[in-house]
Amino acid sequence: MTGISRFIPVAVVIAMIVLFFTMMGGDRNPQEIKSVLIDKPVPSFSLPMLGMDKTITEAVLITGKPVLVNFFASWCAPCRAEHENLMKIGASYGVSIVGIAYKDTPEKAQVFLNELGNPYSLVLMDQDGRAAIDWGVTGVPETFLIDSKGIIHYRHWGPIIGDSLEKRLLPRLQEISG
Amino acid sequence: MRRLFSALILVVSVALPLLAVAVDEKPLADPRQEAVARSLMKEIRCLVCQNQSIEDSNADLAKDLRQVVRERVAIGDSPKNVRAYLVDRYGDWVLLEPPFKKSTYFLWLSPFLFLLAIGIGILLARRRHTVPPAPLSTDEQVKLNALLDSKESRK
Repeated sequence: MTGISRFIPVAVVIAMIVLFFTMMGGDRNPQEIKSVLIDKPVPSFSLPMLGMDKTITEAVLITGKPVLVNFFASWCAPCRAEHENLMKIGASYGVSIVGIAYKDTPEKAQVFLNELGNPYSLVLMDQDGRAAIDWGVTGVPETFLIDSKGIIHYRHWGPIIGDSLEKRLLPRLQEISG
Repeated sequence: MRRLFSALILVVSVALPLLAVAVDEKPLADPRQEAVARSLMKEIRCLVCQNQSIEDSNADLAKDLRQVVRERVAIGDSPKNVRAYLVDRYGDWVLLEPPFKKSTYFLWLSPFLFLLAIGIGILLARRRHTVPPAPLSTDEQVKLNALLDSKESRK
């Protein structure tokens, strides 16, 4: 047995460990499922507008400017928690936010906005939750950043709270406003 | 009285799980289509509870996805197309069984790679014990002959 071949089993084990971590590991949060809609155009929809007798389609999201689409619900506590940050975004970062009320009634959604303020340029009602399924939403809140051409650039899973506004959402917004 | 009570418990415990599923869900009118939809539901992951299929989950989203599956089957979508419809929205993660493709080759093949590695290891270990001794060098041969000769002459 020569010196080198003695190390073959050790090398095999090390190679397998490395392979395992590079192929199966990664920085994924088991709760947060990566969106498959990144770099794809916004899904088509046709939803009623809150407080108006009007139906709105996905064309409203293609404005030549970045847009945020925020799925929320009046019954959702994390949505309440991120609301302050949405107000801040709407007021100071020059990006319009379209709200989609998920499985909510127009009355309750209106009460929610009257109470906490309305950061949205437009609120749409997804009462049966079908539009959310087309966006791959697994629960509210989820926020999508759309570029000027209507391509989905980023999905923020969960509430925009703590430092996730500065650390995650704003850098992405700057990237596409560039 | 006691027997009646235990009978009641039995009835309730059998009936409760039945109530848990399909509270306001209508199975498809065509039993064959319903069977197709049901078997698909077993393959689709509940994205809220994650380690359950939408068939055994009570989550709201699972209920909606069951409805979607039934609708797609009712309009004549093949199981393959229904799966593709959901993968388009939620990614491969929505399937409980990961598909065999480039990003999952390692996942699927790693047990076989592992067996192969063990096999090679065993082979190497065996070879180590069965390597025939190297032939004697001329020097050694001369010494051996000398030894043998001296033994012969002593007899």
